[in-house]
Amino acid sequence: MDLDFSEEQRILQRSARDFLKEKCPKSLVREMIRDEKGYPEWLWKEMADLGWLGVTIPEEYKGIGGDFLDLAILLEAMGEACLSSPFFSTVVLGAEALLLAGTEEQKKKFLPRVVEGTLLLALAAIEPGEWYRATGSNTIASRDKNGYLVNGTKYFVENAHIADYMILLAQTGEKEMTILMVEGKGPGIRFETVQTLGNEKQSVVIFRDTRVPEANTLGRAGEASHLMEVLQERASVAKSLEMLGLMKVAFDMALAYAKEREQFGRPIGSFQAVQHHCANMAVDMESSRLITYQAAWKIARGLPASKEAAMAKAWTSDAAGRLTRLAHQVHGAIAFCDEHDLHLYYRKAKAAGIAFGDAEYHFEKVAEQLGF
Amino acid sequence: MDFRFNERETAFYNEVDDFLKQQLPTDWVKGVLRWPGGYGSQEFDRQDAAEIIDRFQRKLVEKGWLTISWPKEYGGIEYTYMEQAIFDERTSYHGALIADVIAAGIVGPTILEIGTEADKEEWIPKIASGRIKMWLGYSEPNAGSDLSSIQTTAVEDRDDYVINGQKVWSSDAHRSDYAWLIARTDPKAPKHKGISYFIVDNRTPGVTIRPLVNIHGIHHFNEVFFDNVRVPKKNLIGEKNKGFYHLMTSLAIERIMLVRMGSFRRIFEELTLWVKEHDRDGKPLGSYPLLRQKMAEIATKIEIGYLLFWRTAELLDKGKIPNVEASILKLTATELSRSLAEVAMDILGPYGLLPRGYERTPFRGMAPRGYLDCISSTIGAGTSEIQRNIIAVRGLGLPRE
Repeated sequence: MDLDFSEEQRILQRSARDFLKEKCPKSLVREMIRDEKGYPEWLWKEMADLGWLGVTIPEEYKGIGGDFLDLAILLEAMGEACLSSPFFSTVVLGAEALLLAGTEEQKKKFLPRVVEGTLLLALAAIEPGEWYRATGSNTIASRDKNGYLVNGTKYFVENAHIADYMILLAQTGEKEMTILMVEGKGPGIRFETVQTLGNEKQSVVIFRDTRVPEANTLGRAGEASHLMEVLQERASVAKSLEMLGLMKVAFDMALAYAKEREQFGRPIGSFQAVQHHCANMAVDMESSRLITYQAAWKIARGLPASKEAAMAKAWTSDAAGRLTRLAHQVHGAIAFCDEHDLHLYYRKAKAAGIAFGDAEYHFEKVAEQLGF
Repeated sequence: MDFRFNERETAFYNEVDDFLKQQLPTDWVKGVLRWPGGYGSQEFDRQDAAEIIDRFQRKLVEKGWLTISWPKEYGGIEYTYMEQAIFDERTSYHGALIADVIAAGIVGPTILEIGTEADKEEWIPKIASGRIKMWLGYSEPNAGSDLSSIQTTAVEDRDDYVINGQKVWSSDAHRSDYAWLIARTDPKAPKHKGISYFIVDNRTPGVTIRPLVNIHGIHHFNEVFFDNVRVPKKNLIGEKNKGFYHLMTSLAIERIMLVRMGSFRRIFEELTLWVKEHDRDGKPLGSYPLLRQKMAEIATKIEIGYLLFWRTAELLDKGKIPNVEASILKLTATELSRSLAEVAMDILGPYGLLPRGYERTPFRGMAPRGYLDCISSTIGAGTSEIQRNIIAVRGLGLPRE
C-alpha cells in the first residue's frame, strides 16, 4: 500500500498549482462571474497548450494519455483556484462519453479538437421533475430517413450557452434510451442561462424539432443507461476531487485567520472552541481525501468502483458543507462580505456537493451495494 | 499510489486468516461480547474461553506473532507495521483476544525504544514469550485528561524507590502481574519534566487493588493504591524524569492498537445480515429509506476508518511518527463506535432494549451492550476532546495561548 503521490504526480500537482496561482487570481474568478461566457478564453488556450484538455485522451487522438489520477490532480488544483472553465463539462463529461461510447470515426473527429481547445461540450441529461437520476423519458427523438427529430426540455445544462455540442440523453423508441450529440447552436434549440448559487452558468435547453443526423449517435441505440451510469460514477468522483481542492483552501484560510485574528487579547485559534472547529475540519479533510482517492485510484486501474465512488461522493459532499460552514464560523462577519473570497468556496462547495447526486442520493447507492 | 496490499502483505493476510479460523472454534465470534471501540466488556460468553485464549496465545508466541514488528534479536520477526496492522485487523475481525496486549503491544516497544540494555535483558524475554501480563498505571483521581498532573510520587531511598499514590481506571490490574506505571520523580520540576516510568510487581507489599464495577456490572476497572511501595531502583525504566515525553509516543501506539478495525466490520456484517432477514410491519426492514441511509453512512465511516488505519501503519513504515494521524484515527473510530451503537438501537427499537439470553432478543443482545460500552470508547486513551486538542495544537500549529 502506498497512499502518497508518485514523484511524477507530485510534479504535476506542483506545476498545476503554480500555474493556476499565477494565472487565476481571485480578481479573474470574480470577473468571470460577471462575464457573459463565464470563462477566460486566453486561459483555456493556455490550458490546452499545457495538454490539460487531453489529460485522459490517448495519444492517438492527440491527448497525453494520462490516467484518472492525473485528471484527479488537475481537478483538485482547479478546485483550489476556484477556476471557472468548461473543463468539467468538456473533458470530464464530454470527452469521457466519447471515449466510452464513441466510434473510431467520432473519436478521430472530436477528440483532437477537445485537446486543442476548439471544441466545447456540455451534458444535457436531467429533465423537469428529475433531480439526479436522468431517464431521458420526456425527450423524444423520433427517427426518420434523415436521422432524428428531437423534442424535449433539459434542465441544469452547465455551459450550454458556449457548447459546440451537447451530449443529449433521449428516448429513441419504446424504452430505448440513446445518447445523441447535438450541435449546440443549431436551429430548433432555445436556451435560457442562469447563474447558480455556485457561480456556474447553467441553462434550461428546449429542443423543438431539432435535427440530429444518425451519425451523431453516441454508442448503440438503447445503450444509454449503462453509459450514463458510468459517466455519473466518474463525474461523482471528479466532483469529489474538485471539492477536495475547495475544502483545502477554505481550511487554509480559516487556519490562517485563527492564528492572526485576536480577540480578548489573544489569537482566536488559542481558544479551544475554535481549535476544535479546526480539528473537525482536519478530520473531514483527511477522511474525504482518502475515500475520494481510493475511488479515483480504482477508476484509474480499471477496477469496479461503484461502491467506492458512491461513498466518496456521499461523504465528501457532506464534509465539504460542514467544512466550509465552519470556515465561515471561524472568520466571523468579515467573510460574509462580498469582497471576501471565502464565500466563493462556500458557494462552489455546495454546488459541487449537489452535482451528480448529493449525500442522500449516493448513500442510497451505497445501500444498494450493501444489498438492501 | 496503490490502495492494495502488496504480495507479501496479501499472503500474510491470508496466513493470519487461515490460522485464526483453524485455532478458534467455529462459533467463537458468537460469544464475543465486546463492542467495537469499547473498553468495558471484554467478556466471552463461554466456559472454556480462558483456556482457548491461553492456548491461542501460546501459538502466537511460537509463530512470533505476539511481537511482529520487534527486532529479531529481541524475539520479534521484524515484520512491517502494515503487517502488524493486518494482524490486528484480522484478529479483531475474528474476535480473538490476546491475553497480553498491553505488555507486548505497548510496554515492550517502549522498553525497546527507551530502555537500557539491562532493562531489555530483564523484561523483553518475559514480555516476548507472553509469560507476564501488565496493566497501565497512568490515570489518577486528579489526573485524567491532564495526565501531566499526576501526584503519585517515587522517592529515592538507598537502593529503592518508595512509591506513594493512587491510580484509577486500571483495566485488568487484578488479572495482571505488573504495573507499567508513571510516577513523579522530581516534584520541583515543571509538570512535564519530573515524570518517570516504573515496573511494579503487583505482589509488592503496599499495593492494594480494589474493583471498580463498570456500567455493565463487570469488574474490569480497578483503583490501585500504593502505600510506601518499595521497588528496586532498576525498575525505573529509561531515563529518570524523561518519562512524559515517551508517554506521548506510547499513547500514539496505544491509539492505533486499540482501534481494532476488524471488530467494526464484523459487527456491521452481523447487523446487516439481521436487517436483511427481518421485516417490520410486514415490510422488509431493509426497505425503509432512513434505515438504508443510516446503514450506508455507517458503512462509509467504517471504510474511512480502515483507510485511516492503513494510512497510519503506512506512515510508520515510512519512518514518520503519525501523532496527528493517530489522533484522527482514534477520534474517528471511537466516534464511530458511538454512531454504530446508536444506529443499531434505532434499527432494533424496543427489541434493542432486551438483554442477551432471551428468545426474542435479537443481535445476540449486542445492542444494549454496545449502547453502554460505546460510552467508554470516546473517553479512554484520551477523550475525543483531547484528540482534537492534539490535532489542533500539534498538527495544525494553533497557539496554546
